[in-house]
Amino acid sequence: MSGERTLTDFIRALRSAQVDVSPAEAIDAARALATIGYGDRALMKRGLKGVLAKSETDGETYNRLFDLFFAQRDVAENGSAQHGGDAAGDNRPADGSDPRAPDLLDLAEQGDDAAIAMALERAGRDAGVQDIRFSTQTGYFAQQMMKAMGVERLEKQLLDRLRTQTEAAEADAERLMEIRRDMMGRARAHAQQQFDVYGAGQTEQFREDVLAEKSISALDLSDIRRMNVLVAKLARKLATRHSRRRRRKNRGKLDIRRTLRSNAGLGGVPFDLHWRQKRRDRPKFMVICDVSGSVARYVRFLLLLVHSLKEVVPDLHAYAFSARLKDVGDWLDTDGFEAAMARIIKDISFGSTDYGQALSDLRVDHWQEIDRRTTIIILGDGRSNYGDPRLDLFREATSRAKQTIWLCPEPRSVWGTGDSEMLRYEPHCSTMVQVSNLKSLERAIDTALLAYG
Amino acid sequence: MADSDTTPQTAYPALSTPEAITEGLGEVGYIASEDISTLVFLADRLRKPILIEGPAGVGKTDLAVSLGRWLEVPVTRLQCYEGLDEGKALYEWQYGKQLLYTQLLRERLDAILGDAGDMNAITGRLKDFDDIFFSPDFLAPRPLLKAMQQPGPSVLLIDEIDKSDEEFEAFLLEVLSDYQVTVPEIGTIRANVAPLVLLTSNNVRELSDALKRRCLHLHIGFPDAARERRIVAARVPGIGEDLLKQLVDFVQSLREADIKKRPSIAETVDWAKTLLLMHADMLDEAMVRRTLNVLLKHESDIAAVDRGLAKMARDARDTAGQAGAGTGRTQGGYPDLS
Repeated sequence: MSGERTLTDFIRALRSAQVDVSPAEAIDAARALATIGYGDRALMKRGLKGVLAKSETDGETYNRLFDLFFAQRDVAENGSAQHGGDAAGDNRPADGSDPRAPDLLDLAEQGDDAAIAMALERAGRDAGVQDIRFSTQTGYFAQQMMKAMGVERLEKQLLDRLRTQTEAAEADAERLMEIRRDMMGRARAHAQQQFDVYGAGQTEQFREDVLAEKSISALDLSDIRRMNVLVAKLARKLATRHSRRRRRKNRGKLDIRRTLRSNAGLGGVPFDLHWRQKRRDRPKFMVICDVSGSVARYVRFLLLLVHSLKEVVPDLHAYAFSARLKDVGDWLDTDGFEAAMARIIKDISFGSTDYGQALSDLRVDHWQEIDRRTTIIILGDGRSNYGDPRLDLFREATSRAKQTIWLCPEPRSVWGTGDSEMLRYEPHCSTMVQVSNLKSLERAIDTALLAYG
Repeated sequence: MADSDTTPQTAYPALSTPEAITEGLGEVGYIASEDISTLVFLADRLRKPILIEGPAGVGKTDLAVSLGRWLEVPVTRLQCYEGLDEGKALYEWQYGKQLLYTQLLRERLDAILGDAGDMNAITGRLKDFDDIFFSPDFLAPRPLLKAMQQPGPSVLLIDEIDKSDEEFEAFLLEVLSDYQVTVPEIGTIRANVAPLVLLTSNNVRELSDALKRRCLHLHIGFPDAARERRIVAARVPGIGEDLLKQLVDFVQSLREADIKKRPSIAETVDWAKTLLLMHADMLDEAMVRRTLNVLLKHESDIAAVDRGLAKMARDARDTAGQAGAGTGRTQGGYPDLS
């Protein structure tokens, strides 16, 4: 089996699992293989890892795929080595019958596992099993592989025996059916393995894309675990995007103090110029969540997202309210996320929602946290049970803050209907958007962070 | 495919096989895992820098220093930080020296230009001086240029690359892929012998793909117990077999615990030294309690571990005792300490 083909197949498997391997890196991998050779599997694994997997998470994917990928190669390759050895010898039947390649039936009768594995490998390639994308396709591909291995002769014989209706023929038919079952099982296993190598990563990606677009209110419990992983991923993405560009040079304004000082040794002749630098504010988030029944789910993901953004938003204040407002930041820090979330739901989400009361609680206890670098993020539907919305307090808060972003789970068309105060709050917000899924949540936080650019 | 033409000749004959590298580094007291030596080997053969990532204190920087010591080649070190720019990393013109020479020149100006009549002749002569002013004589080489100017093999260590700015990372690409630097006034300076380049990163920020593509990637994590024992034994000679096993087991279990900053190898070594100074020959609870601040650097971590300490110390001692009884036939049976 040619080494290059093996390597390109392997790289293809890596790419399908979201490990980005550039062409340059593929070339490096080939060079690395030329240096260390194929002989020592462990050495090969360590060596290629340095070339192909460029982060810790990629490294884990790499390890998993390497073992999967080469485990099946090994069986097939051992087979080809053996056959290379005895091909010249007794492979051809002595009675001079047709010198066709051994098909499925021959293989099963010889019972040589290595030869079977090799044939499966070849049939798999003929059937294009590497293109498998969903685990439900294994059956289809197994069928194709059986065909490629010449299952017809077996089936013809089987029909033949069944028609004969003697006891011996019956027993033989029984045996043939057993062979077919066994081979089908092997073909399925092979297809499944190919799916693990080539397909699983893409399916995962596909699922995640779907999930990110899925409405948060429609998520079920089994999605939520997966969502946590996804939120962590989004947080990492946001973090890398916004941890860059911390300082920006402001060319055009000379920093006289620094310039004079650094040129003091040159007799004050300004060779080395320093420019004023514009420092970006460190983001400071104040997240205020309405945790009454209908909004609680959204709160979970918003809090999870901003909580995972710790490195970009070190200054995070989180409050939750239903009737009264409570500081939940400490819970998140000390209890761990899940426990804190449970406590929030248990301790706070009772009583009828009262935005006015929440605002006045904020006014009394936490007003000093709002300053010119604060982003106020409010998550809620603005349904205040016809209480006083305290627009005066809201206006004062937003004018103290850098920006105010209101995230509402309800669609715009129902804002202002019934007890919804959304339209009365809207003029004081910098942005007011509907969040329905994770994507829109991410976008909103992204906008919030951009203001610190 | 594997013909010798495509495999470049190495300037570091000592790096002949991964095994030789493990052994050689061992001679200077660096216990390399197989991953590490394989990557060093490949880096030399493929002429690529190694980007080393991992938590603080697992021996990333030490690898470069140890390589230099073992191969007996100079190590050039560039420490990165926010705001590091070309002037500090590559070269700087020595303005002071240039100024001084200009002053001297001014006094001799008449003598030099005395017989040159017209403007063209004068400019011509001055031009000669101009070239002298921007010559290597007035160039103050910084680490990167220094590394490129090494006459023979060398090691270049670019430490904590993640602390530098993005622009600087982009600027490094020329150095990393071609082993050359460009000084506009002079030209391109290329290394005679490609140095072994090691970059380290603590993952403060994500590095750019361009940089990652040019490097081999090596992740050094916390070592397993066996490797950690060998490291401590190499660094703290004279430590007793029992104590070594116990303290390494203790540190390993500590890393599993839920704490802010997990102790690194450097801290294990410090702790081993401390225990040795205190003449401890086995772990006991009081001793651990007193020296815990060597291992843990956060007050809250110390408090958290303090609570579960009695059990952890006992566990570490138990498992060490069992292992000792199993393997240590020559040493005789230990009394059961628990």
